[in-house]
Amino acid sequence: MCCTDTALAYIEAHASWSEANTTPSLGRDYAAFVTRDGEGAARASFAVEGIRCAGCMATIERGLARVPGVARARLNFSDRRLSVTWVPEAEPDIAAILAALDALGFTGRPFDPGRVSREEQEETQRLIRALAVAGFAAMNVMLLAVSVWAGALSDMTPENRDLFHWIQAVIALPAAAYAGRPFYEGALKGLRSGRVTMDFPITLGVVLTLAMSVVETLSGATHAYFDGAVMLLFFLLIGRVLDQAMRRRTRAFAENLAALRSTGATLVAPDGSLRDVPVSDLDPGARILLRPGERVPADGVVEQGLSDLDQSLVTGETAAVTVRAGARVFAGALNGNGALTIRVTAPAGRSLLDEVEALMGRALEARSRALVLADRATRLYVPLVHAAAALTLAGWLAAGAGWHGALLNAVAVLIVTCPCALGLAIPAVQVVAAGALFREGVLLNDGTALERFATIDTVVFDKTGTLTLPEPVLAGDLTDVRAARLALSSRHPMALALAASAGDAVPFPGAQEAAGLGVRANVEGVALRLGSPAFCGAETQAAATLAAHPDASVICFRAGEGVPMAFPVRQDLRPDAAEVVASLRESGRRVLILSGDRAAAVAAVAGRLGVAEWEAGLAPQDKIARIEALQRGGARVLMVGDGLNDAPALAAAHASLSPATAAHVSQAAADALFLGRSLTPVLAVLKAGRRARRLMLQNLWFSGAYNLLAVPLAAIGLLTPLIAALAMSGSSVAVTLNALRARGRP
Amino acid sequence: MTVLLLVIPLALAFGLAGLAAFLWALRNGQYDDIEGAEHRALRDD
Repeated sequence: MCCTDTALAYIEAHASWSEANTTPSLGRDYAAFVTRDGEGAARASFAVEGIRCAGCMATIERGLARVPGVARARLNFSDRRLSVTWVPEAEPDIAAILAALDALGFTGRPFDPGRVSREEQEETQRLIRALAVAGFAAMNVMLLAVSVWAGALSDMTPENRDLFHWIQAVIALPAAAYAGRPFYEGALKGLRSGRVTMDFPITLGVVLTLAMSVVETLSGATHAYFDGAVMLLFFLLIGRVLDQAMRRRTRAFAENLAALRSTGATLVAPDGSLRDVPVSDLDPGARILLRPGERVPADGVVEQGLSDLDQSLVTGETAAVTVRAGARVFAGALNGNGALTIRVTAPAGRSLLDEVEALMGRALEARSRALVLADRATRLYVPLVHAAAALTLAGWLAAGAGWHGALLNAVAVLIVTCPCALGLAIPAVQVVAAGALFREGVLLNDGTALERFATIDTVVFDKTGTLTLPEPVLAGDLTDVRAARLALSSRHPMALALAASAGDAVPFPGAQEAAGLGVRANVEGVALRLGSPAFCGAETQAAATLAAHPDASVICFRAGEGVPMAFPVRQDLRPDAAEVVASLRESGRRVLILSGDRAAAVAAVAGRLGVAEWEAGLAPQDKIARIEALQRGGARVLMVGDGLNDAPALAAAHASLSPATAAHVSQAAADALFLGRSLTPVLAVLKAGRRARRLMLQNLWFSGAYNLLAVPLAAIGLLTPLIAALAMSGSSVAVTLNALRARGRP
Repeated sequence: MTVLLLVIPLALAFGLAGLAAFLWALRNGQYDDIEGAEHRALRDD
């Protein structure tokens, strides 16, 4: 305990102005980020911010190559990640890399790709390998198949034809066994859990086609369909690879954001020494030190210290909350002006996060029961196609065609209806639309969200951090420039707002931050104070200012024994919030604000935006209840929110959107994240959703029409391999080209 | 038509060589950063 006291005293003594002192240089422990290869050479990955052009790539790689011990630095331009390898005998110095990046003008954070993303990477590679094999097989089998088709018109001998069929079999069978595995496994997994997925008809179609072709080849028949089977796999795998690539890109970007935002935690070792560790290394019971201006890295209980916390990311409440020993704090809260020692608690018991997660689990379950277009299409398609095949079989048997002919035609029906176009119809649109949204700064977490965005008729906004910008600004006039100069010495978020209006003023030398109270400085014999109303004796002024600015918080200033001043500080509206809300209402949508903040603060924002329906002071379960009530009334709700308290509501709503500054849990619950200060992404996703849904429906109708034409042809036995190949590739290409229109006009 | 016995294996061998080259490039990480590769190609060092 005594050692922690020393550490706290150290921090507090140095909390006076000096960037170097407010963030004392501690022994940073980055061991968790370093991996070693077989020869003992260390490697680490970094997420890098600020890369805008190809030139940055050369700058970074050349700059880092000069850092001692570095063998190789390579920047991945696609996902903005840097991989550094050290020479085998060198000790990896991550801090040196970060400093070098900083000197080059970039921000970097060490980054641990983690198990999930490695598995994802492997899955992508597996799909691409399958695609390559299917492509090879499709080309070579097609080469032989075209020869057979051409030979049928000229003078090919039956011996040559059989030879060509056998060579096709030798290529197609192993290729299909390898390349089709993603579908076979998907079908099996679906069947085990008692569902018929789109993988099932694909598997059935491929296996039956191959089996029939082998039988036909054995009996020396004219037609074999090896080309159809491998081509089908090739087209479907293109869809899968694109889909996977979209997911991976979004995930990589979201992981970079998380890595760049995470600050790590300052661990207090039992001997009192301090070191910085990644948040993932914090165990329950660990003691961490929270300096002024830092975010709480993990849930815990305050052991020592006194400070103001800005909980707006947790509860939506904008007024600061004073915490002292024994208080519970939640990850994401922003520390004010005091240092705190926090004991990390196990994520158990009735903590806020558990409650939020339980609510979220329930909401997500309800949502996953909702059928998306692809499921509905599968449900309709599978029984219809199989019934058609069965009818064909029965019909030919009844007509006295014999088992061989009847089976042949039934399988032909299955081949020609194999859901090639159907399998591409929806993923292709999702991939193209997600790519278009990505360029507009929206990261889509879930492809099926697009069609949900399309049907939205009610938009619910959270206030804090969603309609407003996350960082506070000064609402009134700066009546004394000394207040702003003094604010430069504080790390308190409200003081930062004041400091922003200081222009190029320099901080007062010798200013000291008093934990939990404010900053003070002696200037020309006058004691200047900046901080809470109590600290400055400004209770009356603070109350008056709060009455005039109901959505603001106050920070007070007093020079000597003069009249104290109170400055209103508030989170400003996003610059285009009013226009976005107006155009949502113009398009006939209902707009509501559900906030966890005080009624006065919410009323002010609602008034400025012209939103009549708003509620304040809502707990997470209230928000979820309001949204469920709206949806029971038939509304399709889009929830836009960022706080931890919004996460259940985000999961419960028909569709959801979060700014990229949102709490982790909310980011995970939201269908999409948007970057930047503008609120227009709300309009962009709704528009993209409508366009995507229209194209998906067009594609589905097209696939249906194609089947309607092809099935009778196959059922009456007119389907030659040539027609099957033309129909299959023709419909796939048509569907893909139509999907490209989801890019929209720039 | 005996020429087929030479030409077809030859065509397949070329195809397989192409496939092997692609798989090797994939394993080698050459497709990990497609966007970066197009810029690297134009770098003059």
